[in-house]
Amino acid sequence: MNIHEYQAKELFKKYNVPTLRGHIAFTPDEAVKAAQELGGNIWVVKAQIHAGGRGLGGGVKLAKSTSEVREMAAQILGMQLVTHQTGPEGKLVQKVYIEEGADIKKEYYLGLLLDRALEMPIMMASTEGGMAIEEVAHNTPEKIIKVSIDPLTGFQSFHGRKLAFGLGLPVEEINTFIKFASALYRVYMDHDAEMIEINPLVKTGDGKFLALDAKMGFDNNALYRQNQVNEMRDLSEEEPTEIEADKYGLSYIKLDGNVGCMVNGAGLAMGTMDTINYEGGKPANFLDVGGSASAETVAKGFDIILKDPNVKAIFVNIFGGIVRCDRVANGIIEATKITNVNVPVIVRLDGTNAIEAAEILKNAGIANIVAATDLADGARKAVAAAKGE
Amino acid sequence: MSILVNKDTKVIVQGFTGKEGTFHAEQCIAYGTKIVGGVTPGKGGQEHLGQPVFNTVSEAVAATGATVSMIFVPPAFVSDAVMEAADAGISLAVIITEGAPVKDMMFAKAYAVKKDMMTIGPNCPGIITAEECKIGIMPGFIFKKGNIGLISKSGTLTYESANQVVKEGFGITTAVGIGGDPIIGLSYKQLLPMFEADPETHAIVMIGEIGGDLEIQAAAYIKEHITKPVVAFIAGQTAPAGKRMGHAGAIISGGAGTAAEKMAALEAAGVKVVVSPADIGKALAEVMKK
Repeated sequence: MNIHEYQAKELFKKYNVPTLRGHIAFTPDEAVKAAQELGGNIWVVKAQIHAGGRGLGGGVKLAKSTSEVREMAAQILGMQLVTHQTGPEGKLVQKVYIEEGADIKKEYYLGLLLDRALEMPIMMASTEGGMAIEEVAHNTPEKIIKVSIDPLTGFQSFHGRKLAFGLGLPVEEINTFIKFASALYRVYMDHDAEMIEINPLVKTGDGKFLALDAKMGFDNNALYRQNQVNEMRDLSEEEPTEIEADKYGLSYIKLDGNVGCMVNGAGLAMGTMDTINYEGGKPANFLDVGGSASAETVAKGFDIILKDPNVKAIFVNIFGGIVRCDRVANGIIEATKITNVNVPVIVRLDGTNAIEAAEILKNAGIANIVAATDLADGARKAVAAAKGE
Repeated sequence: MSILVNKDTKVIVQGFTGKEGTFHAEQCIAYGTKIVGGVTPGKGGQEHLGQPVFNTVSEAVAATGATVSMIFVPPAFVSDAVMEAADAGISLAVIITEGAPVKDMMFAKAYAVKKDMMTIGPNCPGIITAEECKIGIMPGFIFKKGNIGLISKSGTLTYESANQVVKEGFGITTAVGIGGDPIIGLSYKQLLPMFEADPETHAIVMIGEIGGDLEIQAAAYIKEHITKPVVAFIAGQTAPAGKRMGHAGAIISGGAGTAAEKMAALEAAGVKVVVSPADIGKALAEVMKK
């Protein structure tokens, strides 16, 4: 789960990670009010969406008067902001963050994430602030300094020194930097964060460090104990069908093909998509119905898959282990009574009681249900059906 | 022969009396696994499925001589259970539970390593030595005895692969579901040498997926140290970047962890890589002919 910049900055403030002052606004009027409250004569109007690259897409603008604040907020609010992370359709901007201006002397990058190979958090810093870190890593990897932090000891000053000297900071700024980085590590650990990215981290004219931007993502498995973070969840930033699937314990991700898939198990679900692709088709989705594959979950799965008008055929691929295939077969038949399935459904059931399951499906005599013998056969039949063959 | 577990392995169950623990412990016992007891704090002294229940893992180990623990406790208590097992001198913990926080596993794994305890999982089907010992939730009947070692991040793909292996006339020595979380216990790199050293294992099937770099590490290890044939499939060739594909660890982030890079690395290491998971059995039959 991700949160907005302004929300991440709220968490930063609680831990004394320096940020600029700012207010959230949902209308141009509120934007002007926010600017007046902040005072000064320069403000930044920033679109709040869950995607990076907002500046390049026209979602971050500098205003030098309150009338400019109004004008820019009006421009940005309601726009479909397109960035390299949103896809071509972009994301609707529903709120803007109005922030005071800053005297920026130099921009850096600072990030924290889990290093899966080391099995501990790493903090990364770079002098290439404002650039996508993936690009820096690719083109000039020597410009990224990394320290791994053993969770058993936590963040130590030497971690901070290594980063600070690596960035070429003068000696008198080292301690300020260490304090900043150390506080950031606490924000990360205390909230079960999965990543924090500050891009750019800026040094001001008076030698202070500030998080000019802030991006945070969290471990979904830990949300049960992160009430404050949970309250920051913005459902309007997430795919409605994915949220609905989640409610029923299904894991669904929409893709752009036309062969719908319903599978038990995440690995087999990915493998099924790959098989469809290998057989010359395109998967319309990822869908893991979980271990039970009951009539209700299968029916819900059909509903969700068929919300996508591109779907021309559905491949149900269940490997019955503890769950018996005959029960799944009955579930599928039951599901077609609960919900209207108007495309061909290719069913491959393998594992426990697969032969009985094939009998049940055959005897049910449902016109648009086609039985398949194995994974490849099922994928081939589904691809052909989607092509209208 | 086999790796890690066999018919003599003594196993306790943490979360023994819960719904999941009860159901699967019963299945394991039916398969022939030596379940010698279980742990549920507060229920010590009772009997469950014909076996004694203990309040602590230490008591269970002292009374039964168990060396392996199968863990079914809810996600919020997994790290505590793993650390308790490590502290009690268990040598292998098989963590079935799905949904454990990453931070908790980071601490639990570090502690297990310090205490010299191996872990499998979390979020995995477990480990099975065909027709001897099943520690986990997989359907046992698929795993006919034979000469193929199996390592997989995914549960149902493990069953799918084992099924294909058997259909081609082969069988399994040991199959290990290592789990699909960002931090897991034993991985390919630790399991491959065990299969290499096992005289009964003649070839290895390895199932990976997008996210992380464990398969890349495996490729480097195979290139240097593995002489037995390896067949591999990497799930998620068609998965979009930046999306978590069901498993917490199955995500292409920052352009890294793609199926393509893993497949290329494995191919370069001499592994027979299949593009479609439907071809795992066939590919194995081919490498076994050579």
